[in-house]
Amino acid sequence: MIVLLGVLVVVLGFATKRNPLLVVGVAGIATGLLGGLSPGKVLAAFGEGFAGSRAVTIFAITLPVIGLLERYGLQEQARNLIARFGRLTTGRFLALYLGLRQIGAAVGLTNVFGHAQTVRPLAVPMAEGAAERKYGALPDRTREKVRSFSASADNIGLFFGEDVFLAVGSILLITGFVNTTYGTHLEPLHLALWAIPTAVCAFVVHGWRLLRLDRQLERELLTADVQPSAAVEAAQ
Amino acid sequence: MIKAEWFYWLVGLSFLVMASQMVTDRSNPKRYGTGAFWGLIGAGFIYSSWVVTKQAPAEPLGVAVLVMAALAGFGFTGRGTPRTTTTEERAASAARFGNRLFVPALTIPVVAMACAIGVKHLSFGGEPVLQQGSETILGLGIGAVVALVVGMVMLREKRLSVPVQSGRSMLEAMGWAMLLPQMLATLGAIFQVSGVGDQVGKLTTSVLPKDSLVIAIVVYCVGMFAFTIIMGNAFAAFPVMTAAVGWPVLIGHFHGNAAAVLAIGMLAGFCGTLVTPMAANFNIVPAALLELKDQYGPIKAQLPTAGVLLGCNIVIMTLFAF
Repeated sequence: MIVLLGVLVVVLGFATKRNPLLVVGVAGIATGLLGGLSPGKVLAAFGEGFAGSRAVTIFAITLPVIGLLERYGLQEQARNLIARFGRLTTGRFLALYLGLRQIGAAVGLTNVFGHAQTVRPLAVPMAEGAAERKYGALPDRTREKVRSFSASADNIGLFFGEDVFLAVGSILLITGFVNTTYGTHLEPLHLALWAIPTAVCAFVVHGWRLLRLDRQLERELLTADVQPSAAVEAAQ
Repeated sequence: MIKAEWFYWLVGLSFLVMASQMVTDRSNPKRYGTGAFWGLIGAGFIYSSWVVTKQAPAEPLGVAVLVMAALAGFGFTGRGTPRTTTTEERAASAARFGNRLFVPALTIPVVAMACAIGVKHLSFGGEPVLQQGSETILGLGIGAVVALVVGMVMLREKRLSVPVQSGRSMLEAMGWAMLLPQMLATLGAIFQVSGVGDQVGKLTTSVLPKDSLVIAIVVYCVGMFAFTIIMGNAFAAFPVMTAAVGWPVLIGHFHGNAAAVLAIGMLAGFCGTLVTPMAANFNIVPAALLELKDQYGPIKAQLPTAGVLLGCNIVIMTLFAF
């Protein structure tokens, strides 16, 4: 039971907003030692964990080319492009992105979209550009919201699309685990089919929330226009 | 055969080059700490190749990882003033190149797609062209390299230092968040060997009444959700919750459809991934990459959807799996 102290360290650390690297380092050392690992084994676990999980950092390989293109005005051009599609509001654009992301993941193209390669250079400037066309320059708070929702469209599209694909890690984990542990013969195809109802729900629920984002922006930005921001600040 | 390790070396090498740029960047008040942090990550990326094949001890790398965490955690890293173009220059450049700017940007997804669909099945001299099981990583890596070449030729940019400098300022802006996913993967592994999963499984079994189907479904789905929040990964939660509730109770006792119970249970875990800072690569790294002030911005945007979808999973499992 005492090994659960590590979980408590993580919860308290995140709740009190300590630096997450320190929280995770302390929790890992504490859990490892309480769980009976020798200090050498704990160090080896950190080394092996880093070596075995380099794939999550591989997206850094796209940063130089993305940075180069941004230097030459990629984000500005993404804004210019969206300005030509008058009917594509922020919410509609992000719902479209969600759908494309989900379909892409469902046919196994998980790395075709992503936060570094598509969200930052393309989706965010387009989502912001669509709002700017209507409301002019966006206040920081609105910008944060549009960006957060852009990130959410990518994550939700990925998570609830990829399980419809047969050869994805989570499906193989399920079949691998139960077929060896319980001696069954589960087929990946059946698992993937049972992921479809939730995938449809995810698109409907999050797509609806993204469309509703348009109305939220309208409410926030049009009322802000009536009251000049200086007056609002003075009133607070 | 094109191997994933080559791209890890390329990432490691570019981190090392960027680290040397950071150390000489006088606009960064913490240039030595920043350079040391990224230099260690870069060297670690390359050294790791021998750790995964067990040809080199993992302990020195473990020490290096803790040093990296301390450097960033105690505030020894910072960022310089990026040398880049002004807003006006960017607007002028966008007007000049127009939609051609999208060509290199779209090269990455197009090449990644080509690798996942076509090149995956090619072989040369009896050997597959791409290392098996790493096709998506390779697609991203090859796509990025091809895109860089296409971009430099198209923009007539002759200095390789320009994209490297641009990439470096993005790295500095992201800072410690870049290391967090790999630290958390380690924590997950330590939790596993220390028996955290077994304890949670025992706790769950002890609170579970044996006679109510609906309660058992809720405990399985909410358990997947909550344990994924703790571990940051539904893959770690799945074996524990399935051994505690999913298999013995839902499938064994109530005769549920195994494929439906397990697939939907996993998706209940994915709802947890949407709301936990432990899933740093999905939730915290994007906040840094998109330069958000609130590092929990993406989680806040996802929280209501995650809650509704958890409910959906419970309903779908109740209606269709039994």
